Amino acid sequence: MHDITVVDLSRLQFAATALYHFLFVPLTLGMTFMLAAMETVYVVTGKVIYKQITQFWGKLFLINFALGVATGLTMEFQFGTNWSFYSSFVGDIFGAPLAIEGLMAFFLESTFVGLMVFGWHRLKPGQHLAVTYLVALGSNLSALWILVANAFMQDPVGAHFNPTTMRMELNDFAALIFSSDAQAKFVHTSIAGYVTAAIFVAGISAWYMLKNRHMELARRSFRMSVLFGVLSTAGVITLGDALGFVGAEAQPTKLAAMEGLWKTESAPMPFNLMAFPSQEKQTNYGEVKIPYVLSILVTHSLTGTVPGVDVLEQRAQERIRGGIPAVSSLKVLSADPNDPVALNQFTTHQKDLGYGFLVKRYADDVTTATDEQIAQAAKDSIPHVATMFWSFRAMVLLGLGMLAFFVLGLIYTLRNTVQYKRTFLKFAVWMIPAPFLACEAGWLVAEIGRQPWTVYGLLPTWMSASTHSVGYMVFSLIGFVAVYTVFIVIEMYLMVRAIRKGPDDGNGDAELDRGDLSLPASRKTLAEA
Amino acid sequence: MDIYASLQVIWWLLLGVLLIGLAVMVGMDMGVGAILRYIGRTDLERRVALNVIGPHWDGNQVWFILGGGAIFAAFPLIYATAFSGFYVVMLLLLWTMIIRPVGFEYRSKMPSAGWRNAWDWALFVSGFVPMVVFGAAIGNLFQGVPFHFDWTLTSFYTGSFLALLNPFAILCGVLSACMSAAMGGVTVMGGAQGAIAERSRTVSRVAWTLAIVLFAIGGFWVAHMQGYVLNQFPGAGVAQTPLQQVVTRADGAWLSNFRAHPVLWLLPAAGFLGMLGSLFSASSERPLLAWWMGAVAWIGVIGTVGCALFPFLLPSVSHPSQSLTVWNSGSSRLTLAWMLGFAVVFVPLIVWYTSWAFYVMRGKVDPDQVATDEHAY
Repeated sequence: MHDITVVDLSRLQFAATALYHFLFVPLTLGMTFMLAAMETVYVVTGKVIYKQITQFWGKLFLINFALGVATGLTMEFQFGTNWSFYSSFVGDIFGAPLAIEGLMAFFLESTFVGLMVFGWHRLKPGQHLAVTYLVALGSNLSALWILVANAFMQDPVGAHFNPTTMRMELNDFAALIFSSDAQAKFVHTSIAGYVTAAIFVAGISAWYMLKNRHMELARRSFRMSVLFGVLSTAGVITLGDALGFVGAEAQPTKLAAMEGLWKTESAPMPFNLMAFPSQEKQTNYGEVKIPYVLSILVTHSLTGTVPGVDVLEQRAQERIRGGIPAVSSLKVLSADPNDPVALNQFTTHQKDLGYGFLVKRYADDVTTATDEQIAQAAKDSIPHVATMFWSFRAMVLLGLGMLAFFVLGLIYTLRNTVQYKRTFLKFAVWMIPAPFLACEAGWLVAEIGRQPWTVYGLLPTWMSASTHSVGYMVFSLIGFVAVYTVFIVIEMYLMVRAIRKGPDDGNGDAELDRGDLSLPASRKTLAEA
Repeated sequence: MDIYASLQVIWWLLLGVLLIGLAVMVGMDMGVGAILRYIGRTDLERRVALNVIGPHWDGNQVWFILGGGAIFAAFPLIYATAFSGFYVVMLLLLWTMIIRPVGFEYRSKMPSAGWRNAWDWALFVSGFVPMVVFGAAIGNLFQGVPFHFDWTLTSFYTGSFLALLNPFAILCGVLSACMSAAMGGVTVMGGAQGAIAERSRTVSRVAWTLAIVLFAIGGFWVAHMQGYVLNQFPGAGVAQTPLQQVVTRADGAWLSNFRAHPVLWLLPAAGFLGMLGSLFSASSERPLLAWWMGAVAWIGVIGTVGCALFPFLLPSVSHPSQSLTVWNSGSSRLTLAWMLGFAVVFVPLIVWYTSWAFYVMRGKVDPDQVATDEHAY
């Protein structure tokens, strides 16, 4: 049996390391394309300022990239180290996109990033530009395959359970990679990366304009970034809507939790603009509703409805009762895969196998599960509503805020007045954390919303974890916190230092210009000044 | 042989190819990290050594990531059971490995001597420890690992962390660290000049000599330890779980494949000849030849390990009959077939563009350029 404390600690560790990893990923996804765009302008126009722009932002990109690579290693390991049952149960399907990511994308990105950094003297401008595009292509393909893998967890298509091998197996590769969740999520997530990069460049450029430094570089970078940003933010919002539409079909529990929908309502459903949901009482306090809007949002019609928590729990109970004979017959099959009675019983009930596992948490021998245990398992099938409700609203609000910011920025830069709008520029600097927060909130919605499953409807989270001791988990958590804290402190320090130093164009802060070991030790403190 | 069994064997071979790629490409970069403090006495010398592998370490590291991904996709039960069973060791490997990318990128971003010195130590740890762990993990495969499954195939590891650091495992770990240090030395010889190259040559010669001795001792040890014999199982290419077989242990059983197919002795021979060849080529100032001979040595060593264990991948010492083999831990036929398709297309492509990247960055690293180049490590 699994120790639930270990499962919770494993979840905490995965969430922490994944959210941390995703601080660096979006910037990589977006910056590679922005760098490619900047370098394209350089190669096409031959203006040296654009080479300077590319190299400067490239330097900041690399500080971020190193941690993206480092923390990505953790993710590759962690399915095996901490989610071993998950890995063996769905590895036949889930492992494939991860391996393909390595073959198709990660090699491409990593091999050419070396040439991108070291190849300025060795490659012709056109060749170097091609290398930069290959890095961008590699990092985005990488996201594609990772999100194909994630989409399988959200909406497990193209696979079936094989009682002979006691695991899920692939039966339709095309269905797996063309899953509508994968498509919508890939575009939504990678474009969110472009938004992140756009805000990053816009915010830092704004800071230079405020300081009246590197004006040429800052104004040109700002203009490119807001243009990139307007298009990307519009794309993110559109695809976010599409993802919600797809998700409503595949995961009704996620949608109900996101919208704080305890009771099923008749069409047209109102939208909860604000509410304080209570999981225990299964009700919302302080609701502010907008009529009709929820039906329009999630069904794109005025007559559509979606089930609330009340109906979903009822459905879960039925499926748990159906899953119990599936689990008990599977136990017989594990000893004798050819037992005809068990095979017959299993075939009849196999669609509810995952729900049978859900109640196994409370009754190891599922045939002895009581009504209370089944009701408890059905309650578990609803994710935490308040977290979902507010994470979703935080993401959307930040997204809309960024769109407004970019539109305003575009107007100012096209009128060539942005450098005089000091309040706006100050605001732009403060916008830098916004896309990062929105990305993290988005992942909370995606992953907490999928609970209590690791693979929706098939494999509960509690069964997926490795059977470690609490001591091991505490040890690894402390280790990760220590290593990752040191990393982020160093990264932020180097990033801020590189930004303060600025590009080597002679009108920056000369004191901070690149030094070597011959510099006196007292210079060390200049960066902190 | 039917298609499924063939696919299982092909993926076993491909796993070998990936492990060799990992050992050669990641091993040499880690070797450079491990010997950095010895071969480079001044900051500039160390930077030259780092810039020899600077353009390539990131690409090379993907062999490691791909190795993990391929085990996950092709042998999910191995990935799940080994990675969770070796938990503390895996974390040690991970934590030391993730310092490396950061070390490369951040070391030369600050002029302070203390800063750079600290990162040099970090690069030493992240070059030395992972290769020891890599070898030690393989050493543990020969001795079996204490794990078993319940009826759902949830795995339980019942050993302690320290049990993984037994004498034979440490021997394998040191062998692997020596081979990577030697390859690191050879690599720096090829990409740098003067005193650094000279010291790297010394490292290579010492490390290869040690490796030859350790490989011989290891071989002798394996010949006399208890191996595993698969007495009864549903058959190759038959869908199955590890709960349906009978496995026993027997002295000297790890040599049974070599007894049955004497041609396999060519693999350990290649191991020895590669090491010797690399040793002599390094001594006679031919780093490129020495590098390729080192690669042959890795092929020989990993090939020997794989063929001795076959069909076992992860034997269980506590429940031998639940040992994981090529036949009971692989993915389904469809997954293996799709993955093979992707590997056949992309591995040659990867080799092609990696070679191009090495070609573009060919030649010796110029210390003057390192000192002035904004982008150098």
